[in-house]
Amino acid sequence: MLEARQLECMRGDRLLFSDLSFRLGRGELLRVAGANGSGKTSLLRIVCGLVAPSAGELRWLGRPIRAEREEYSRNLVFIGHLNALKDDLTALENLQVAAALAGMPAESARMLAALDRFGIAHCAELPAKVLSQGQRRRAALARLALSPAVPLWILDEPFSALDVGAVAELERLLAAHLASGGMVILTTHQEVQVVAQAVLRIDLDLYAAALLAA
Amino acid sequence: MIRALAWVLRRDLLLAFRRRGDVANALVFFVIVVSLFPLGVGPEANQLRNMAPGVLWVAALLACMLSLARLFAPDHQDGTLEQMLLAGEPLVVLVMGKVISHWLVSGLPLVLIAPLLGLQFDLPGDALVVLSVSLLLGTPVLSLIGAVGAALTLGVRGSGVLVALLVLPLFVPVLIFGAGSVGATVAGTGADAHLLLLGGFLALALVLAPWASAAALRIAME
Repeated sequence: MLEARQLECMRGDRLLFSDLSFRLGRGELLRVAGANGSGKTSLLRIVCGLVAPSAGELRWLGRPIRAEREEYSRNLVFIGHLNALKDDLTALENLQVAAALAGMPAESARMLAALDRFGIAHCAELPAKVLSQGQRRRAALARLALSPAVPLWILDEPFSALDVGAVAELERLLAAHLASGGMVILTTHQEVQVVAQAVLRIDLDLYAAALLAA
Repeated sequence: MIRALAWVLRRDLLLAFRRRGDVANALVFFVIVVSLFPLGVGPEANQLRNMAPGVLWVAALLACMLSLARLFAPDHQDGTLEQMLLAGEPLVVLVMGKVISHWLVSGLPLVLIAPLLGLQFDLPGDALVVLSVSLLLGTPVLSLIGAVGAALTLGVRGSGVLVALLVLPLFVPVLIFGAGSVGATVAGTGADAHLLLLGGFLALALVLAPWASAAALRIAME
């Protein structure tokens, strides 16, 4: 489904990784590990198509993602380390806008159900600026509950700022997504308890070591 | 596509409504600058009538530039711009939605209040009408071109000055023909040619600017 061929990433004049390849199929989870500054976020942004790799290419269903950008975008959900919430909109309105931009129906009942999965339905009418860090993260992750049909989920540190209950809920959501043939790419410092057909692992520290040795 | 545009428009108008104070800034600036001129220059009616088109148009142009900083930068900071780039809708359409809302919030109020301010300069009735029409044609061009500048300078430190340097040369033709149309009406030579040229600028900017802004945003996010 998703195939990365010999990706290389330059940040400024520093080479973060090179010759990075992987294939991700249905029901598979890819976990990107590495120290701070090793290029985890850069890799995810490349995989999303937000940033072009300095070398190599990404293929979705065999076609380069940059050739059919919008088509590829419709097949992925990206939750970055920024929550993408507007402070002056309520949690519900934020979710509605996100759903509408993703081409999904935006009626309130579905949104409330998604917020409820992450236990913040009671905050739906509050502006995002009064929510706590953890609640903001939950509001951002509620987009996942809306998107079971979107095959590729790309999550940058999804577990940060979450409490135990929300971590468990997110793990359940990820497991259900993988079981129904979805794909997940995530970065995390925590050990994740997600059942998947296959768990791939990319350790960017190894790539950095290889570059140092070369 | 239309649905995505409508949602972006709705979102930005809602945000503008929730932050009314920020939005009023540009309008207050316009009113103050224009109102100070008659006080500073003196009550000589002929002189005021001659300088009115230039003063009103320069003030409108600066007011528009003031509000450009709010076009993309807040969305860039909180990550919503990233999501727009990944929206699965053509970015041009979403940019168009943002530009339309920018004009509705910062351009249209200028168009509506300008005739009132024109009275302070003793402009005759037909000149006030032409002033409104020229601003109606000209301010969308300012928003469209301004969006390109705002997108190009996204995430750059001291972007305010840079935007001014980038877009001011492109604003100049609009300024010349906008102020010229009102001046020509005051002088009695008719404003048709000026207004037609402004309309031409608008058509050109409508076709080119959203594409340029979208491309600039993609570059800025890299």
